Amino acid sequence: MAETKRIFTFLLRFIAFCTTLSAVIIMISSRQRATVLVFSFEAKYSDTPAFKYFVIVNAIVSIYGFLVLFLPSKSLLWRLVVALDAVFTILLTSSISAALAIAYVGEKGNPIAGWLPICDQVTKYCNQVKGALIVGFISVVLYMLLFLYSLHTVLNPLLLEKS
Amino acid sequence: MALQSGEKLPMFIGHVWSKQKSRWTLMGLRLLAFLAAAAATLVMVLNKQTKTFVVATIGTTPVNLTLTAKFHHTPAFVFFAIANGLVSIHNLVMIMVDLLGSKFDYKGFQLPMIASLDMLNLALVSGGANAAAFMAELGKNGNSHARWDKICDKFGAYCDRGAGALIASFLALALMLVISFLSILNLKLVNSSSHNSHNNIIALPN
Repeated sequence: MAETKRIFTFLLRFIAFCTTLSAVIIMISSRQRATVLVFSFEAKYSDTPAFKYFVIVNAIVSIYGFLVLFLPSKSLLWRLVVALDAVFTILLTSSISAALAIAYVGEKGNPIAGWLPICDQVTKYCNQVKGALIVGFISVVLYMLLFLYSLHTVLNPLLLEKS
Repeated sequence: MALQSGEKLPMFIGHVWSKQKSRWTLMGLRLLAFLAAAAATLVMVLNKQTKTFVVATIGTTPVNLTLTAKFHHTPAFVFFAIANGLVSIHNLVMIMVDLLGSKFDYKGFQLPMIASLDMLNLALVSGGANAAAFMAELGKNGNSHARWDKICDKFGAYCDRGAGALIASFLALALMLVISFLSILNLKLVNSSSHNSHNNIIALPN
Protein backbone atom coordinates (compact mmCIF):
# COMPACT_ATOMS: atom_id res chain seq x y z
CA MET A 1 0.00 0.00 0.00
CA ALA A 2 2.78 2.39 0.88
CA GLU A 3 4.66 1.36 -2.23
CA THR A 4 1.66 2.12 -4.45
CA LYS A 5 1.22 5.49 -2.77
CA ARG A 6 4.85 6.38 -3.31
CA ILE A 7 4.81 5.36 -6.96
CA PHE A 8 1.55 7.23 -7.50
CA THR A 9 2.94 10.41 -5.91
CA PHE A 10 6.15 10.16 -7.89
CA LEU A 11 4.20 9.70 -11.11
CA LEU A 12 1.94 12.66 -10.33
CA ARG A 13 4.91 14.87 -9.56
CA PHE A 14 6.63 13.79 -12.74
CA ILE A 15 3.56 14.60 -14.84
CA ALA A 16 3.20 17.97 -13.09
CA PHE A 17 6.86 18.73 -13.82
CA CYS A 18 6.32 17.81 -17.48
CA THR A 19 3.28 20.07 -17.80
CA THR A 20 5.00 23.12 -16.33
CA LEU A 21 8.06 22.52 -18.50
CA SER A 22 5.94 22.19 -21.64
CA ALA A 23 3.99 25.33 -20.76
CA VAL A 24 7.28 27.21 -20.62
CA ILE A 25 8.56 25.74 -23.88
CA ILE A 26 5.34 26.30 -25.82
CA MET A 27 5.06 29.89 -24.63
CA ILE A 28 8.69 30.71 -25.38
CA SER A 29 8.58 29.26 -28.86
CA SER A 30 5.47 31.20 -29.88
CA ARG A 31 6.33 33.92 -32.30
CA GLN A 32 4.95 35.06 -35.60
CA ARG A 33 5.79 37.80 -38.04
CA ALA A 34 2.83 39.55 -39.63
CA THR A 35 2.30 42.44 -41.98
CA VAL A 36 -0.52 44.86 -41.36
CA LEU A 37 -0.91 47.51 -44.07
CA VAL A 38 2.68 48.68 -44.43
CA PHE A 39 3.92 47.73 -40.97
CA SER A 40 5.62 44.45 -40.35
CA PHE A 41 5.64 43.48 -36.72
CA GLU A 42 6.53 40.38 -34.83
CA ALA A 43 4.37 39.02 -32.06
CA LYS A 44 6.43 37.47 -29.27
CA TYR A 45 5.55 36.32 -25.80
CA SER A 46 7.88 38.93 -24.31
CA ASP A 47 5.74 41.82 -25.55
CA THR A 48 3.35 41.30 -22.68
CA PRO A 49 4.47 41.38 -19.04
CA ALA A 50 1.72 38.92 -18.12
CA PHE A 51 3.15 36.25 -20.42
CA LYS A 52 6.66 36.95 -19.15
CA TYR A 53 5.39 36.46 -15.58
CA PHE A 54 3.69 33.23 -16.67
CA VAL A 55 6.95 31.92 -18.17
CA ILE A 56 9.03 32.92 -15.14
CA VAL A 57 6.66 31.34 -12.62
CA ASN A 58 6.32 28.12 -14.59
CA ALA A 59 10.11 27.93 -15.00
CA ILE A 60 10.63 28.29 -11.25
CA VAL A 61 7.97 25.66 -10.53
CA SER A 62 9.48 23.22 -13.02
CA ILE A 63 12.91 23.59 -11.42
CA TYR A 64 11.30 22.96 -8.02
CA GLY A 65 9.37 19.97 -9.38
CA PHE A 66 12.53 18.52 -10.85
CA LEU A 67 14.39 18.83 -7.54
CA VAL A 68 11.54 17.29 -5.53
CA LEU A 69 11.56 14.21 -7.75
CA PHE A 70 14.93 13.31 -6.32
CA LEU A 71 13.97 13.65 -2.67
CA PRO A 72 14.34 10.35 -0.79
CA SER A 73 11.06 9.33 0.73
CA LYS A 74 12.10 9.12 4.37
CA SER A 75 13.79 12.50 4.44
CA LEU A 76 12.71 15.21 6.86
CA LEU A 77 12.51 17.74 4.03
CA TRP A 78 8.98 16.57 3.14
CA ARG A 79 7.63 19.03 5.70
CA LEU A 80 9.31 21.83 3.73
CA VAL A 81 7.81 20.35 0.57
CA VAL A 82 4.32 20.89 1.98
CA ALA A 83 4.97 24.58 2.58
CA LEU A 84 6.70 25.04 -0.79
CA ASP A 85 3.84 23.22 -2.50
CA ALA A 86 1.42 25.72 -1.03
CA VAL A 87 3.49 28.70 -2.15
CA PHE A 88 4.03 27.40 -5.65
CA THR A 89 0.41 26.39 -6.15
CA ILE A 90 -0.70 29.91 -5.28
CA LEU A 91 1.95 31.41 -7.57
CA LEU A 92 0.77 29.17 -10.38
CA THR A 93 -2.89 30.16 -9.95
CA SER A 94 -1.96 33.83 -9.99
CA SER A 95 0.19 33.45 -13.11
CA ILE A 96 -2.46 31.54 -15.04
CA SER A 97 -5.17 34.04 -14.16
CA ALA A 98 -2.99 37.00 -15.22
CA ALA A 99 -2.08 35.35 -18.53
CA LEU A 100 -5.71 34.41 -19.17
CA ALA A 101 -6.85 38.00 -18.56
CA ILE A 102 -4.41 39.41 -21.11
CA ALA A 103 -5.08 36.61 -23.60
CA TYR A 104 -8.80 37.38 -23.37
CA VAL A 105 -8.15 41.00 -24.32
CA GLY A 106 -5.98 39.82 -27.20
CA GLU A 107 -8.72 37.55 -28.47
CA LYS A 108 -11.83 39.68 -28.00
CA GLY A 109 -10.44 43.19 -27.67
CA ASN A 110 -11.92 45.91 -25.50
CA PRO A 111 -14.18 48.27 -27.47
CA ILE A 112 -14.40 50.94 -24.77
CA ALA A 113 -10.65 51.33 -24.52
CA GLY A 114 -10.23 51.13 -28.27
CA TRP A 115 -8.16 47.95 -28.11
CA LEU A 116 -8.57 45.83 -31.20
CA PRO A 117 -8.20 42.05 -31.01
CA ILE A 118 -4.95 40.87 -32.51
CA CYS A 119 -5.76 37.20 -32.96
CA ASP A 120 -6.96 37.69 -36.52
CA GLN A 121 -3.59 38.96 -37.65
CA VAL A 122 -1.32 36.57 -35.79
CA THR A 123 -3.35 33.37 -35.68
CA LYS A 124 -0.46 30.96 -35.21
CA TYR A 125 0.92 32.95 -32.27
CA CYS A 126 -2.54 33.13 -30.72
CA ASN A 127 -3.09 29.39 -31.04
CA GLN A 128 0.26 28.59 -29.52
CA VAL A 129 -0.38 30.92 -26.59
CA LYS A 130 -3.76 29.25 -26.09
CA GLY A 131 -2.04 25.86 -26.05
CA ALA A 132 0.48 27.05 -23.46
CA LEU A 133 -2.36 28.39 -21.29
CA ILE A 134 -4.27 25.09 -21.48
CA VAL A 135 -1.17 23.17 -20.41
CA GLY A 136 -0.60 25.74 -17.65
CA PHE A 137 -4.14 25.23 -16.43
CA ILE A 138 -3.62 21.46 -16.25
CA SER A 139 -0.45 22.09 -14.24
CA VAL A 140 -2.41 24.27 -11.79
CA VAL A 141 -4.93 21.47 -11.23
CA LEU A 142 -2.16 18.90 -10.78
CA TYR A 143 -0.27 21.07 -8.32
CA MET A 144 -3.42 21.65 -6.31
CA LEU A 145 -3.93 17.88 -6.09
CA LEU A 146 -0.29 17.39 -5.11
CA PHE A 147 -0.54 20.04 -2.43
CA LEU A 148 -3.66 18.52 -0.91
CA TYR A 149 -2.09 15.09 -1.06
CA SER A 150 1.17 16.14 0.60
CA LEU A 151 -0.79 18.03 3.25
CA HIS A 152 -2.76 14.86 3.95
CA THR A 153 0.27 12.61 4.00
CA VAL A 154 2.62 14.66 6.11
CA LEU A 155 0.22 16.38 8.46
CA ASN A 156 -2.52 13.76 8.64
CA PRO A 157 -5.16 16.38 9.35
CA LEU A 158 -8.25 14.22 9.17
CA LEU A 159 -6.78 11.63 11.54
CA LEU A 160 -7.54 8.96 8.96
CA GLU A 161 -4.40 7.00 9.67
CA LYS A 162 -3.57 5.74 13.11
CA SER A 163 0.12 6.02 13.81
CA MET B 1 -10.89 19.77 20.87
CA ALA B 2 -8.41 18.03 23.04
CA LEU B 3 -7.25 21.14 24.86
CA GLN B 4 -9.05 22.66 27.80
CA SER B 5 -9.66 26.37 27.76
CA GLY B 6 -6.85 28.24 29.36
CA GLU B 7 -4.29 25.52 28.63
CA LYS B 8 -1.12 26.89 27.12
CA LEU B 9 -0.25 26.29 23.48
CA PRO B 10 3.49 26.67 22.87
CA MET B 11 4.22 28.43 19.61
CA PHE B 12 7.35 28.04 17.56
CA ILE B 13 8.76 31.44 18.45
CA GLY B 14 9.34 30.20 21.96
CA HIS B 15 6.73 32.38 23.58
CA VAL B 16 3.83 30.79 25.34
CA TRP B 17 0.39 31.92 24.17
CA SER B 18 -2.83 31.06 25.80
CA LYS B 19 -5.56 29.58 23.70
CA GLN B 20 -7.77 32.61 24.17
CA LYS B 21 -5.13 35.03 22.89
CA SER B 22 -4.49 33.07 19.71
CA ARG B 23 -8.23 32.80 19.11
CA TRP B 24 -8.71 36.55 19.41
CA THR B 25 -5.65 37.22 17.18
CA LEU B 26 -7.10 35.02 14.48
CA MET B 27 -10.47 36.69 14.75
CA GLY B 28 -8.92 40.16 14.60
CA LEU B 29 -6.99 39.19 11.47
CA ARG B 30 -10.16 37.80 9.92
CA LEU B 31 -11.95 41.07 10.63
CA LEU B 32 -9.18 43.03 8.94
CA ALA B 33 -9.19 40.70 5.94
CA PHE B 34 -12.97 40.99 5.70
CA LEU B 35 -12.75 44.78 5.73
CA ALA B 36 -9.97 44.86 3.13
CA ALA B 37 -11.70 42.44 0.75
CA ALA B 38 -15.06 44.18 1.16
CA ALA B 39 -13.43 47.54 0.48
CA ALA B 40 -11.77 46.16 -2.65
CA THR B 41 -15.08 44.74 -3.91
CA LEU B 42 -17.04 47.91 -3.25
CA VAL B 43 -14.49 50.25 -4.79
CA MET B 44 -14.21 48.09 -7.91
CA VAL B 45 -17.97 47.63 -8.35
CA LEU B 46 -18.71 51.32 -7.97
CA ASN B 47 -15.87 52.31 -10.28
CA LYS B 48 -17.23 54.33 -13.17
CA GLN B 49 -16.17 57.37 -15.11
CA THR B 50 -17.78 59.18 -18.00
CA LYS B 51 -15.85 61.45 -20.31
CA THR B 52 -16.78 63.41 -23.40
CA PHE B 53 -14.32 63.72 -26.24
CA VAL B 54 -14.41 66.09 -29.13
CA VAL B 55 -13.84 63.84 -32.10
CA ALA B 56 -14.27 66.16 -35.05
CA THR B 57 -15.51 69.58 -35.94
CA ILE B 58 -18.06 70.00 -38.71
CA GLY B 59 -18.12 73.67 -39.59
CA THR B 60 -18.40 75.30 -36.19
CA THR B 61 -20.20 72.45 -34.39
CA PRO B 62 -17.97 70.04 -32.51
CA VAL B 63 -18.93 66.39 -32.68
CA ASN B 64 -18.88 64.87 -29.22
CA LEU B 65 -18.35 61.26 -28.26
CA THR B 66 -19.24 60.20 -24.74
CA LEU B 67 -17.47 57.18 -23.38
CA THR B 68 -18.11 55.51 -20.05
CA ALA B 69 -15.52 53.30 -18.41
CA LYS B 70 -17.17 50.70 -16.21
CA PHE B 71 -15.64 47.76 -14.43
CA HIS B 72 -17.75 45.14 -16.16
CA HIS B 73 -16.27 45.88 -19.56
CA THR B 74 -13.19 43.99 -18.42
CA PRO B 75 -13.74 40.32 -17.42
CA ALA B 76 -10.62 40.40 -15.23
CA PHE B 77 -12.18 43.11 -13.06
CA VAL B 78 -15.43 41.16 -12.86
CA PHE B 79 -13.46 38.14 -11.63
CA PHE B 80 -11.62 40.42 -9.20
CA ALA B 81 -14.90 41.74 -7.78
CA ILE B 82 -16.40 38.25 -7.46
CA ALA B 83 -13.25 36.79 -5.86
CA ASN B 84 -12.97 39.56 -3.30
CA GLY B 85 -16.69 39.35 -2.56
CA LEU B 86 -16.39 35.62 -1.90
CA VAL B 87 -13.35 36.12 0.33
CA SER B 88 -15.12 38.77 2.41
CA ILE B 89 -18.18 36.51 2.79
CA HIS B 90 -15.89 33.63 3.82
CA ASN B 91 -14.19 35.72 6.50
CA LEU B 92 -17.54 36.96 7.78
CA VAL B 93 -18.87 33.40 8.03
CA MET B 94 -15.71 32.25 9.81
CA ILE B 95 -16.04 35.05 12.36
CA MET B 96 -19.66 34.05 12.96
CA VAL B 97 -18.69 30.39 13.34
CA ASP B 98 -16.04 31.32 15.85
CA LEU B 99 -18.34 33.53 17.88
CA LEU B 100 -21.61 31.62 17.73
CA GLY B 101 -20.85 28.09 16.62
CA SER B 102 -19.66 26.46 19.81
CA LYS B 103 -22.87 24.48 20.30
CA PHE B 104 -22.90 22.93 16.84
CA ASP B 105 -21.58 19.39 16.49
CA TYR B 106 -18.97 19.35 13.74
CA LYS B 107 -18.03 15.68 14.20
CA GLY B 108 -14.38 16.65 14.41
CA PHE B 109 -14.25 18.31 11.01
CA GLN B 110 -14.22 21.89 12.15
CA LEU B 111 -10.50 22.65 12.08
CA PRO B 112 -9.63 20.82 8.82
CA MET B 113 -12.59 22.48 7.13
CA ILE B 114 -11.50 25.92 8.29
CA ALA B 115 -7.92 25.31 7.13
CA SER B 116 -8.95 24.00 3.69
CA LEU B 117 -11.45 26.78 3.13
CA ASP B 118 -8.84 29.34 4.11
CA MET B 119 -6.42 27.96 1.58
CA LEU B 120 -9.04 27.82 -1.17
CA ASN B 121 -9.92 31.44 -0.57
CA LEU B 122 -6.24 32.34 -0.53
CA ALA B 123 -5.80 30.85 -4.00
CA LEU B 124 -8.97 32.61 -5.17
CA VAL B 125 -7.97 36.06 -3.97
CA SER B 126 -4.45 35.64 -5.34
CA GLY B 127 -5.84 34.78 -8.77
CA GLY B 128 -8.26 37.69 -8.77
CA ALA B 129 -5.80 40.29 -7.51
CA ASN B 130 -3.12 39.24 -9.95
CA ALA B 131 -5.35 39.23 -13.03
CA ALA B 132 -6.64 42.71 -12.18
CA ALA B 133 -3.08 43.91 -11.52
CA PHE B 134 -1.89 42.90 -14.98
CA MET B 135 -4.96 44.39 -16.65
CA ALA B 136 -4.35 47.63 -14.74
CA GLU B 137 -0.72 47.61 -15.90
CA LEU B 138 -1.96 47.22 -19.46
CA GLY B 139 -4.32 50.15 -19.03
CA LYS B 140 -1.60 52.27 -17.52
CA ASN B 141 1.21 51.56 -19.95
CA GLY B 142 -0.57 50.26 -23.02
CA ASN B 143 1.12 47.81 -25.33
CA SER B 144 2.94 49.30 -28.29
CA HIS B 145 3.42 45.95 -30.00
CA ALA B 146 -0.31 45.25 -30.16
CA ARG B 147 -1.18 48.90 -30.86
CA TRP B 148 -3.17 49.21 -27.64
CA ASP B 149 -3.15 52.75 -26.27
CA LYS B 150 -3.01 53.47 -22.60
CA ILE B 151 -6.24 54.76 -21.16
CA CYS B 152 -5.12 56.11 -17.79
CA ASP B 153 -4.33 59.54 -19.16
CA LYS B 154 -7.92 59.93 -20.31
CA PHE B 155 -9.73 58.17 -17.48
CA GLY B 156 -7.53 59.23 -14.57
CA ALA B 157 -10.10 58.94 -11.78
CA TYR B 158 -11.16 55.44 -12.93
CA CYS B 159 -7.53 54.32 -12.88
CA ASP B 160 -6.90 55.83 -9.45
CA ARG B 161 -9.92 54.13 -7.90
CA GLY B 162 -8.93 50.85 -9.53
CA ALA B 163 -5.47 51.22 -8.03
CA GLY B 164 -7.01 51.74 -4.59
CA ALA B 165 -9.11 48.59 -4.97
CA LEU B 166 -6.00 46.65 -6.01
CA ILE B 167 -4.04 47.82 -2.98
CA ALA B 168 -6.89 46.75 -0.67
CA SER B 169 -7.02 43.38 -2.38
CA PHE B 170 -3.29 42.77 -2.00
CA LEU B 171 -3.61 43.68 1.67
CA ALA B 172 -6.40 41.10 1.96
CA LEU B 173 -4.13 38.59 0.20
CA ALA B 174 -1.32 39.13 2.72
CA LEU B 175 -3.78 38.82 5.61
CA MET B 176 -5.30 35.63 4.15
CA LEU B 177 -1.78 34.18 3.93
CA VAL B 178 -1.19 34.79 7.63
CA ILE B 179 -4.68 33.50 8.51
CA SER B 180 -4.14 30.28 6.52
CA PHE B 181 -0.82 29.76 8.25
CA LEU B 182 -2.41 30.21 11.67
CA SER B 183 -5.30 27.87 10.83
CA ILE B 184 -2.93 25.14 9.70
CA LEU B 185 -0.89 25.72 12.85
CA ASN B 186 -4.05 25.29 14.96
CA LEU B 187 -4.75 22.06 13.14
CA LYS B 188 -1.27 20.73 13.62
CA LEU B 189 -0.98 21.55 17.29
CA VAL B 190 -4.35 20.02 18.15
CA ASN B 191 -3.46 16.99 16.07
CA SER B 192 -0.11 16.40 17.71
CA SER B 193 -1.43 16.80 21.22
CA SER B 194 -4.25 14.34 20.68
CA HIS B 195 -2.03 11.41 19.82
CA ASN B 196 1.61 10.78 20.43
CA SER B 197 2.97 11.25 16.95
CA HIS B 198 6.36 11.93 15.49
CA ASN B 199 4.94 14.25 12.90
CA ASN B 200 5.65 17.44 14.79
CA ILE B 201 6.26 19.95 12.01
CA ILE B 202 7.36 22.63 14.47
CA ALA B 203 9.67 21.94 17.35
CA LEU B 204 7.71 22.66 20.46
CA PRO B 205 9.96 24.06 23.16
CA ASN B 206 8.85 22.71 26.48
